[in-house]
Amino acid sequence: MNFFILSIIKAAIVAFVLLTTLAYLQWIERKVIAHIQLRVGPRRVGPHGLLQPLADVIKLLTKEDMLPSHVNKVFYLLAPFLAVMFALISISVIPFGTEINIGGIRTSMQLTDLNFGVLFILGLSGIGVYGVALAGWASNNKYSLLGGLRSSAQMISYELPLAMAIAAPLLMLNTLSFREVVNGQSGYYFGFLPRWTIFQGPFPQVVSFLLFVVAAFAETNRVPFDLPEAENELVAGFHTEYSSMKFAAFFMAEYANMVTVSCVATLLFLGGWLPPFPPEYGSNYVPSLIFVIGGGLALYHGINPARPFDRITLPVAGIVFLGVAAMLLVPVVAAILLPLFWFAAKVGVILFLYIWVRGTLPRFRYDQLMSFAWTVMFPVAVVNLFVTGLLVAIVSK
Amino acid sequence: MDAILFLIFAAIALGCAVNLVLQTHPIASALSLIGVMGALAALYLLLGGEFIAAAQLIVYAGAIMVLFVFVIMLLNAGAEQESRKRLAAKVLGIPLLVVLLGLVGYVLQNALLPSEGVKFGAFRHGTAQDVGRSLFTIYLLPFEVTSVLILVAILGAVILARKEID
Repeated sequence: MNFFILSIIKAAIVAFVLLTTLAYLQWIERKVIAHIQLRVGPRRVGPHGLLQPLADVIKLLTKEDMLPSHVNKVFYLLAPFLAVMFALISISVIPFGTEINIGGIRTSMQLTDLNFGVLFILGLSGIGVYGVALAGWASNNKYSLLGGLRSSAQMISYELPLAMAIAAPLLMLNTLSFREVVNGQSGYYFGFLPRWTIFQGPFPQVVSFLLFVVAAFAETNRVPFDLPEAENELVAGFHTEYSSMKFAAFFMAEYANMVTVSCVATLLFLGGWLPPFPPEYGSNYVPSLIFVIGGGLALYHGINPARPFDRITLPVAGIVFLGVAAMLLVPVVAAILLPLFWFAAKVGVILFLYIWVRGTLPRFRYDQLMSFAWTVMFPVAVVNLFVTGLLVAIVSK
Repeated sequence: MDAILFLIFAAIALGCAVNLVLQTHPIASALSLIGVMGALAALYLLLGGEFIAAAQLIVYAGAIMVLFVFVIMLLNAGAEQESRKRLAAKVLGIPLLVVLLGLVGYVLQNALLPSEGVKFGAFRHGTAQDVGRSLFTIYLLPFEVTSVLILVAILGAVILARKEID
């Protein structure tokens, strides 16, 4: 019974953190894109627009829930549910940190450690396409249908290079469990270079990493591969006919997929929760240092405010940052928070890359998208997998 | 626990399979088939075939059925028209089906050798390593023949598609 209670508690924590992350990821995206485009972004609701996600949720919940008369009702209602369900399930096999010990209860920071976790994620991402495809078809609208068809074709095409890019590091690590994948990347070359798969011998997986990131952009329907919802040609693509919470479900599914894919990239290529250089050189103090610098900057700007309300908001943020920095120095707390920090930092970098690309790159044309998948990505992935396999076989002899 | 899970997923698989035949719309049928595949994957998992379960999910429920749905959507196939049935088919259809199923069940029950019941969790060779090892040692020839067969099928598809263009 203990197992069930523990699992429910962990699931509740993960669900809460994930949903909050999804809401604030959208705030961060709007802010970052705004700054890329020399705007300020949301800032009316709460200090620096920090309560904007909450306002958005309330808006979406209270909006009129329209059910167009010409849709295929069952599938129209089923589609957003499928999309968001499969997107959220994938997080259950992602490990966030090492095994921890709270008050004598040992547990790993992961909902479940499947020994085929990588395949599980691949399977779910393959099924996830039904949400989008069904939404496009059930809406009974030509723009939606085109969006749905594009998305199915795109996801089938890019799943291939994605899976092959995943296979290459797995060949080197010789496991399918995410926890073992990270454990296989511990240790350092020459005392400082981490043995993450993008650095690990016999064949550093830089090509796989690039392939994975590009294919992941396509799998999650993000710019520059967001053809399924290209607004200048398809209105809004597959979710044209959806409003209120059903629209929000698709939105959530897209962001949840982004988070999952970033987690997978972190685990497979960037060493998961392992620090980028060994603790002997003080990697355990880097998080505290970053928070101290952040807190110091916030306090400085709070003393010299550029806007009237900065006098209140920035010192509060600064004190919170300094508090976190102090917490990270307490050994008991640090054992739990340090792996989480490195994991979150790496995932955050990849998520930032997503937003950055959205702010800078134009959209592909549909034929370019397809020919890129089959004539560039796929051959490169095959050669990469072949070379990796060959070198692994030679070294292990 | 295992028995309860088995009953749940077996019920889902059977329900989806019956629904697949009963539905008149191709998309509904295709989705029912996906339900069957998903339930089968769960059953494989219960029996300890974890790699097979994942492959079932990725290959059948993921890749192949997406193509099915894709084609149905592209052709925009409508609901199927119910053809007029004869009186004999209407009256005798279901009783005869039941009789046939009963007979098949009876024959299978008697023809198969008596064996021990399935024990959940008894099979421990379903990991990717085990499956890979047997594929490349014991079943190497069937494996290679199958891959050649698939290659031939792909070539055939390419040639057929080419003729359309000319």
